[in-house]
Amino acid sequence: MTGTLAALGAGLAVIGAGLGIGRIGESAMGAIARQPEASSKIQLAMIISAALIEGAALFAIVVALMGG
Amino acid sequence: MKTRNLIGFFFFLFLAETTISAFGQEVEGKGEGKEKFKANKYILEHIADSHEWHIFTKKNGESVVIYLPVIVFSKETGLNIFSSKRLAHGHEYNGFRIEEEGDLKGKIVTVNTEGKVDEENLPLDLSMTKTVIGMLSATIIGLLLFLSLARSYKKTGISHPKGIQSFLEPIILFVRDDIAIPNLGPHKYKRYMPYLLTAFFFILINNLMGLVPFPPPFGANVTGNIAVTLVLASFTFITIQFSGNKNYWRHIFATPGVPFWLQPIMIPVELIGIIAKPIALMIRLFANITAGHIIVLSLICLIFIFDSLAIAPVSVIFVIFMDCLELLVAFLQAFIFTLLSALFISLAVQEHH
Repeated sequence: MTGTLAALGAGLAVIGAGLGIGRIGESAMGAIARQPEASSKIQLAMIISAALIEGAALFAIVVALMGG
Repeated sequence: MKTRNLIGFFFFLFLAETTISAFGQEVEGKGEGKEKFKANKYILEHIADSHEWHIFTKKNGESVVIYLPVIVFSKETGLNIFSSKRLAHGHEYNGFRIEEEGDLKGKIVTVNTEGKVDEENLPLDLSMTKTVIGMLSATIIGLLLFLSLARSYKKTGISHPKGIQSFLEPIILFVRDDIAIPNLGPHKYKRYMPYLLTAFFFILINNLMGLVPFPPPFGANVTGNIAVTLVLASFTFITIQFSGNKNYWRHIFATPGVPFWLQPIMIPVELIGIIAKPIALMIRLFANITAGHIIVLSLICLIFIFDSLAIAPVSVIFVIFMDCLELLVAFLQAFIFTLLSALFISLAVQEHH
């Protein structure tokens, strides 16, 4: 990544991913606190959602790598 | 050898490799002259595929490499098989050369008698490069594990698991009970289990082998190569299309519940949706694994950028932490790829409600 604009773009994409995954974590922890016996199902759903959002952020990083 | 001891040995090797790799390269850095260390080039060289396997660089600047076989097929000279030692350092052999700069960097090109490079028609390159050897080694390891598993089941039947069974059986049951059955249903999952198990273990073994840098068949960046993930995603694509039933195709070409004047817009959108989902699988796996490798390599490069020994403990601790994170990512990406494949296949075989 040699272009500064490419690096800026990648950084912006990661802000979005960080916010999104933070909200997933917050609601997952609230749900586990309310109902501890469902915690393994909630954990599974949390991991899947986090991987999907990270996939979207990585799209942006791959485009930044190609453009930079 | 007990499975427990074997796993413990590999874990020790895994922890030891970070210190060994940092020390080995530290000697190289101080031996060089005042040449500035280019971290970018170093990292990209380690991520990319190559025709030779670089082991280490001696103090006087010589590299110790393993030269891998080159198998090229060109229109003029036909099939050529030779060691890549003949093409090392930009030499030419039999009309072939590895390009050093420019667009075609790293690829084998044909050079005619005047020395002109033919840029239009590249020869068909089927060489055993680093990635190919890594992939074949992972396949051999997988075959050894699973064939011995099958043989032990044949001998003792479905009974109390011992040895390698006790390590692999929970993972196989996990793929069946948490990935295949919830998505595909208890009647259709058996048909797709072989593909899901193969995809899961192929990606898992290749991810793990990419994390261990030493000795040679380990440390090849297989799943971080977009061509490999493209092929994996296309297997999922082919499986989905060939198991689609009438309901599936009806959803694509005549989506129910959509007014007729909107149908012409829905068809291209649905067609793009068919292609976009496997492409997302491909990019997700490629980017996660490559990003992990780049992070670990950058942290090791810190030692050479600062050119001092004092950074080494900090860097090695960071590298160990990032390697543990990469271990988690290796399992997670194999799981997500298999889960999403199962999900997309289940969308294709759904019956009409």
